[in-house]
Amino acid sequence: MTTATKVHSTAYRVRKTTRHVATHALMILLAFFFLFPLIFMLVSSLKNDEMQVTADMSSLYAFIPRGDIGFQNYIDVFQNLEFGRLMLNSVIIVGSTVLLGLMVNSLIAYALARLSFKGRTILLSVIIALIIIPFESVAVPLLLLVNNLPWINGATSWLDTYHVQIIPFIADAFSIFLFYQFFIGLPKDLEEAALVDGASRLRIFWNIILPLSRPVFATVAILQFLTHWGDFLWPLMVTRGPDVRPLTIGMQAFFGQDPRLWGDLMAFASMITLPVLFVFLLFQKWFVQSVASSGIKG
Amino acid sequence: MTVDTTKKTHAMTSQQRSEAGMAWLFSAPALILLTIFLVVPFIMAIGLSFTDQRLIPNPNLPTRFVGLRNYIRLLKDEAFLRGLVNNFYFVLVVVPIQTTLALFLAILVNQKIKGVNLYRTIYFTPVVTTMVVVAIIWTFLYNPGKGLINAFIQAISFGQLGPYRWLQDTKLVFPSIMLLSIWQGAGFQMVIYLAGLQDIPGELYEAAEVDGANKIQQLLYVTLPQLRNTTIFVVLSTTILAFKLFTQVEVMTKGGPQNASMTTIVHLVHQGWGNLKVGYASAISIVFFFIVLGVSLLQRRFLREEREVA
Repeated sequence: MTTATKVHSTAYRVRKTTRHVATHALMILLAFFFLFPLIFMLVSSLKNDEMQVTADMSSLYAFIPRGDIGFQNYIDVFQNLEFGRLMLNSVIIVGSTVLLGLMVNSLIAYALARLSFKGRTILLSVIIALIIIPFESVAVPLLLLVNNLPWINGATSWLDTYHVQIIPFIADAFSIFLFYQFFIGLPKDLEEAALVDGASRLRIFWNIILPLSRPVFATVAILQFLTHWGDFLWPLMVTRGPDVRPLTIGMQAFFGQDPRLWGDLMAFASMITLPVLFVFLLFQKWFVQSVASSGIKG
Repeated sequence: MTVDTTKKTHAMTSQQRSEAGMAWLFSAPALILLTIFLVVPFIMAIGLSFTDQRLIPNPNLPTRFVGLRNYIRLLKDEAFLRGLVNNFYFVLVVVPIQTTLALFLAILVNQKIKGVNLYRTIYFTPVVTTMVVVAIIWTFLYNPGKGLINAFIQAISFGQLGPYRWLQDTKLVFPSIMLLSIWQGAGFQMVIYLAGLQDIPGELYEAAEVDGANKIQQLLYVTLPQLRNTTIFVVLSTTILAFKLFTQVEVMTKGGPQNASMTTIVHLVHQGWGNLKVGYASAISIVFFFIVLGVSLLQRRFLREEREVA
């Protein structure tokens, strides 16, 4: 009897261990699938000799930093391609879009969630309906529009500017929706107490709602950042020179030049990727939660 | 008494009025921006699709109303039709593969085992990699002749297969783009599935276990039905993304060779921005919009049905 149980439990343990090992092996294999292009990028970017990069690219050496290792490619990208300028452009454009978007979208969402006014329900349905319109379907008419819009400095077109890459993307129907959903879930007591004390709505929003709403602000900021950091279609259409171009367009322009210098290209790619990767690793929990909450829709 | 009530009503209305004023003040910035940069261009797209508007109008040739001519031309535009077919091809291949892979990854990283957070992070990493960068790295990997992917294919087939010209071959170019799209997108869907998995009450599994259900039966009869809404969302949002396919194609092939990797949006941008044909591109925009609208309505319908049943 005891022996039988023992045999049974040993078999069970063996089976469990086998499954454990198999699971880990599978997960490591998948990890390699998701990481190998990035490792390839980083390793190639560190090889100073372009010949080395192309010679190694068809074997496992592609993943091994060997030969003349250093930051020459990175220096090249900074010196020849105005990488600093492109990075600054991207930071200005994406930073302004996200920050102004947080303000504008949370304010209207608060009005929709808490203030009573005529047309509130219709306005809410209109905003939700607007989520469906994809940017791609308005891009070309919008190009025609911004090409003929005046600006405060007397210019008659918005092309080749920062603001043409920022202002159209500040208001975002989906961000409003995310804010709205969060705000209607907040308890009303604090606000009502503040109202009785004679606080203004703006003060209530600033002092009570904002501190309670950090999670939704983080979610919207992260989702908007991920979207706009990778923006490609719009900046491709509205920027011609390198002055106000974001990194994505600068990278594509460099990619289009002959001959292709893969070492430099990979250094460029690494420098776009690493800051985002770093921020992601720091705020991983927030990133994952933001993406998960984008799924609760409809 | 009567006077008092009137006063009260008056006070209420003025307070309500000030609240309404405040509400419109809070809403104004977003409403103005959404109107100018979303609603107006959308209405313009409808109107322009019936004209021969150009981006830079020729003063000698004023823009004319051309009726349905743009739409009729679309029916005979080979690049447009190829783009549309490719988008459906992309949906048919990528949506099932990516959804299954995402669910599989989510189930893997939802286990309570050591190091699982690290794997989750790794699988999600491509999502935070910008698509332009992804496209360029993969172009390098797909190098014709002696690229890494060719080397890999040759190694696992003992030299029987390859080398292929991945991005120059009309048959291989689109599947090649599909592969990197799955690589980049699966982590996003994985996280959405993971949230769905964590919402399933543990008692359901306990009950299934008591009934003697094995792991596969638990997956089929507990996990999948419970994930119905998540799956509808993942499938339809991936479908919409598939119709928006642009960046990786524009960077890697610009729709070539011979339109083999053409997509609706690549064609739209080439016509509207490249060839300055705003009227024609607007017609493409409208067709594209109705496809996306159809998918979105499908999604809302499925989700509503579920609610009514529940």
